[in-house]
Amino acid sequence: MRRNQVAVVGAAETTRLGVIPDMSQIQLHADAALNTLADAGLKPGDIDGLACAAETPTQLAHYLGITPTWVDGTHVGGCSFMIHVRHAAAAIETGLCKTVLITHGESGRSLIGKPPRSVRADNFEGQFEAPYGTNGRPTQFPIPLLRFMKTYGITQEQLAMVSVVQREWAAKNPRASYKDKLTVEAVLNSRMIAYPLRILQCCLVTDGGGALILTSADRAADFPHKPVYVLGTGESVETPVVSQMESFNSSRAWRVSGAQAFREAGITPRDVDHLMIYDAFAHLPLYGLCDLGFMPPEATGEFIANRNTAPGGKLPVNTNGGGLSYMHSGMYGMYALQESVRQMRGIAPAQVSGARISVCHGNGDMFGAAGTIIFSNQR
Amino acid sequence: MNDSARAKPLPTPETQHYWDGAAAGELRLQRCQACSKAYFPPRPFCPACGSRGVRVFAASGKATLYSYIINHRAAPGFTAPYAIAVVQLAEGPRLMTNIIDCPQTPEALVLDMALEVAFQKLDDTITLPVFRPAGA
Ligand SMILES: [Zn+2]
Repeated sequence: MRRNQVAVVGAAETTRLGVIPDMSQIQLHADAALNTLADAGLKPGDIDGLACAAETPTQLAHYLGITPTWVDGTHVGGCSFMIHVRHAAAAIETGLCKTVLITHGESGRSLIGKPPRSVRADNFEGQFEAPYGTNGRPTQFPIPLLRFMKTYGITQEQLAMVSVVQREWAAKNPRASYKDKLTVEAVLNSRMIAYPLRILQCCLVTDGGGALILTSADRAADFPHKPVYVLGTGESVETPVVSQMESFNSSRAWRVSGAQAFREAGITPRDVDHLMIYDAFAHLPLYGLCDLGFMPPEATGEFIANRNTAPGGKLPVNTNGGGLSYMHSGMYGMYALQESVRQMRGIAPAQVSGARISVCHGNGDMFGAAGTIIFSNQR
Repeated sequence: MNDSARAKPLPTPETQHYWDGAAAGELRLQRCQACSKAYFPPRPFCPACGSRGVRVFAASGKATLYSYIINHRAAPGFTAPYAIAVVQLAEGPRLMTNIIDCPQTPEALVLDMALEVAFQKLDDTITLPVFRPAGA
C-alpha cells in the first residue's frame, strides 16, 4: 500500500445510537449508508465497491440498490471494518473499483433481525473452552489479564483509570451513552462480572451502525468534506480460542497489524496525535499502548493512571468515550473509525486541537484478529 | 449442578483420541516427530512445521496456573462464582480448564501454583480433564 493514495470522503453513523428497537439490523446498515451517501453527496448508483460484515455484501447490495464490481465480506469480528478499509484502499489503488461503501449495522441490544450468538460444539471453542463454563465474551476476553498484570506489575487502581478517563471523554460527547463522572472507587466497587473485571470495565451493549465511503485521493478534493487520507494499514489474525494465544502478555495479531500500519505510513508512535484502541474491556488500551509500540508494557498502567490519555493529556485515546462509555453494538471497530475521521476532519465533539495523524486500532473475536488504520488530514 | 444443561464437546475424527484418552484417565497430547514440538488442540499434523508425522502421547498431567477469571455470570449447568483457568502444561501447550478442590477466590488461586490433572466424567462418552492443586 502506498501512502495517501486513497481517502475517506464520506463518514456517518446511524441517526440514533443506543436502544433502537424499531429497526432491524440490515436497516441499521442502510440508515448508516444513507447518512454517509448524503455526507459525501452521492447516490447508491455512484457506488461500485461494497464491504460489510454481519450481513453479507449480497444482502446489502440488493437492499441498497447497488451493482458492485468489487465486494469484501471479511467478517473477523469487531475489526472487520479496519480490514475493509485496508482492502478497499488496495482495490481502489489497483483499479478494481472507484468508490467503496463500507457499512455496519448491529442490533446488538434489541436483537432485531439478528441471530443470537451461538457456539458450535464441534470446533475448538466448543470442544476445549465452552465445556469449562465460558458464557460469552466477558468470560473469555479478560482471561489473559491476570497474567499481564502479574508480569508487568499493573495494579487494579491503574486499570480502573481506563474507565475513569474514558468517561471524561464521553462527558464531552452529546451522543455518548454514559456521561456521569466516574471514580476509581466507583469502578472497583461496581458489580463483579469476571474477576478481575467489574461491570464498569466491560463495554456497553447497544444498537447502532456507521458507514464510510472511500475513493482515490485525486478525486477526494471534489467532495463536500475535507478528505481524510489513508496513510498506513495493517491486518492479521491469530487464533479463535483465547486459551491458545502465543502469550497472554501481548497479542501477536495486534503486533503484526500495528507494525505493518506504521511501516506503511512511514511514521513512529511519536508522530501520532490521536489514538483509538478498541476497548471492549478495560484492559485493551493497555495491550494497545504496548503492542502498537507506544511504550513498554510495564509503563502502560502508570501512563493511563497519570492522565496521559485523558482530556488535556499528551496522547488522547478513545476520545469518543469508547466502547466503555460511548456505544458498543458488538463489533465496535466502525465507531472507532468514525471518531478518527471526525478528529481528522476537525469536527469531533472532543476535538484534539491541531491533530494531523490518527491511529485507529481494532480487534476482532477477542484477540483473534486485528486491523490498524492510520489516517492523516495532510496529503 | 444440572449437568444436562452443560455445554458438551462434540468430538471430530481429529479429536476423538483426546476424548477417548480423557475417558480412560489420560491427558493425551500430540508430538511432532519432525520438529519435536508438543501441541494442543489436536490435529493430525504439526502446527509448527506442517509435518504429518505426529504421535499421540500421554502427558504427565503436571501444570501450573497461567491465568484465569472468576466468572460471576454462570453458564448453564454451573454455579457462580467459579474460575475459568488456563494452565501451562509441563510439556509446553496450554489449555483451558476448571480448578477443583480449591476455593474459587483470588487468594486461593495464585498464578504459577503447581497443579495436577484430574478427570470429571460428564456422561458415558465425555470426560473432562480438570486440574487440582498438586498434592491436594
Ligand atoms: Zn513439527
